[in-house]
Amino acid sequence: MMMIETRGLCKSFGNHVVLDGIDLDVAEGTIFALLGPNGAGKTTTVQILSTLIGADGGEVRVAGHDLVREPDAVRAAIGVTGQFSAVDNLLTGEENLLLMADLHHLGRREGQRRAAALLERFDLVDAARKLPATYSGGMRRRLDLAMTLVGNPRVIFLDEPTTGLDPRSRHTMWQIIRDLVASGVTILLTTQYLEEADQLADRIAVLDQGKLVAQGTPDELKRRIPGGHIRLQFADASGLASATRTLGEVARDDNELTLQVPTDGSVRSLRAVLDRLDHEALAVNGVSVHTPDLDDVFFALTGHPDTQKGNVR
Amino acid sequence: MSTLSFALRDSATMLRRDVRHSLRNLSMTLSGLLVPIIILVLFVYVFGGAMGAGQGLVAQGGAYIDYIAPGIIILTVGSGGATTAINLCMDMSEGIIARFRTMAIFRASVLTGQVLGSLIRTMISIGLVIGVALLMGFRPTANPVAWIAALSIIALFTFALTWMAVVFGLVGKTPAGANSLSLIFQLLSFTSSALVRPDLMSGGVRWFSEYQPFTPVINTLRGLLLGTPIGNSAILAVAWCTGLTLIGYLWARALYNRNSVR
Repeated sequence: MMMIETRGLCKSFGNHVVLDGIDLDVAEGTIFALLGPNGAGKTTTVQILSTLIGADGGEVRVAGHDLVREPDAVRAAIGVTGQFSAVDNLLTGEENLLLMADLHHLGRREGQRRAAALLERFDLVDAARKLPATYSGGMRRRLDLAMTLVGNPRVIFLDEPTTGLDPRSRHTMWQIIRDLVASGVTILLTTQYLEEADQLADRIAVLDQGKLVAQGTPDELKRRIPGGHIRLQFADASGLASATRTLGEVARDDNELTLQVPTDGSVRSLRAVLDRLDHEALAVNGVSVHTPDLDDVFFALTGHPDTQKGNVR
Repeated sequence: MSTLSFALRDSATMLRRDVRHSLRNLSMTLSGLLVPIIILVLFVYVFGGAMGAGQGLVAQGGAYIDYIAPGIIILTVGSGGATTAINLCMDMSEGIIARFRTMAIFRASVLTGQVLGSLIRTMISIGLVIGVALLMGFRPTANPVAWIAALSIIALFTFALTWMAVVFGLVGKTPAGANSLSLIFQLLSFTSSALVRPDLMSGGVRWFSEYQPFTPVINTLRGLLLGTPIGNSAILAVAWCTGLTLIGYLWARALYNRNSVR
């Protein structure tokens, strides 16, 4: 069953077209990543799907309910954790969770039971009676997500769940997201990071300037983008020439004295290249590994670089 | 559960949230309670001699505090409204409001919770003002029934003004904007019969004072507490309060729902 279906979703702010006919299908129990740079329309998509703002055109069904005709049925099925913290800053972590429990009409005992379980699960027990102002970025994000989960949503929207988090908090968040989907919920997340979409998503849609430019599994998408490469720096032209003979089909830059060897990014392939150079006793001045990033994806899929990066909508 | 009981339950939840906020912002809440008392003391002990004598109130055998105490009560409602407008405006900029909008709750509960919280704060503030006024020599002649009627009209008026304050909080994009819109409350207080008899005002102001909403409320309050003639003020006061409440509620709800799927 499809938990999120959109057909021809459109939205403009004034003359500025933000979404230009978006078709999405997200199957139950999967993670779907909406990948794109700032200003691509990711947040707008989440805002529309979560009933925050209205669309200008197109059809949307979330958890089997029409977004326009049955907004409250949609709201009852979803949970949203936005890019900007949606916690009450004047309430403690525990009070925030109990507020959510009350708004879901859970009853005092069940509310307290669920709040306690979520505080435990998200490692917030020690911070439960403190105000969010004292929390780290990762703790805030965890509290935010815990609040979303109080109502046991079947569909969860995560708008850039790891933006601004340190690597450790990011990995914690990834594990939380994997655990969630293992329990059967459906997740639509937006991200600027190819790696994040690759790590988490069953399917990825690439959004660029309000249009979907590609959609598929991570493997399908990666086949369409140039792979990573190892960049080798040599001291002189003769070293470069011998290395070219040893390694065969590689991109060579005579001015920079560099070679670019295609790689899948694994340590094994890096070692293989270095072993071959070592075997011929060729000296290498420098090695760097280049993995494909969002810029490569965009360049490959749209033919233009990610020009809007850094622009905040 | 029925829609109505959901509405009441969600509003009660939001009221608890608002009360918690007041307790967390204790210094702001306390200063909100103290300002009307300072104004009362100021008007009685600083301006009172001049204004009471000037209006011939003392000559008529009445104390100025008897005239002004009901007026200060109304001023208190106005300053409570300004606080509400600022609080609401600040709250609306918080991310949690976006979360509330994506939840299947009684939508207006975000607003009703704050209105009920403000009502409680203002009534506490008015209780303090009345207490201090009594200590300063305010001598109402009201019997218990008249007291209940007086408190009812105060509550009705506070409810009406608070809904208008919510509108100001939503219309004013920033707390400063909300605050300047709330100056309307101060303006209406000063141009009403709260501090000065309208028949001593000049021309256009006098006409405005007689027909604006605050004057009948104050005159009704004076009549109930001190036995002065009420006339048609009571009916006018209730009509104004009901009208302002209705307009305020519908307007505030429309503003809150704007830019979102209903």
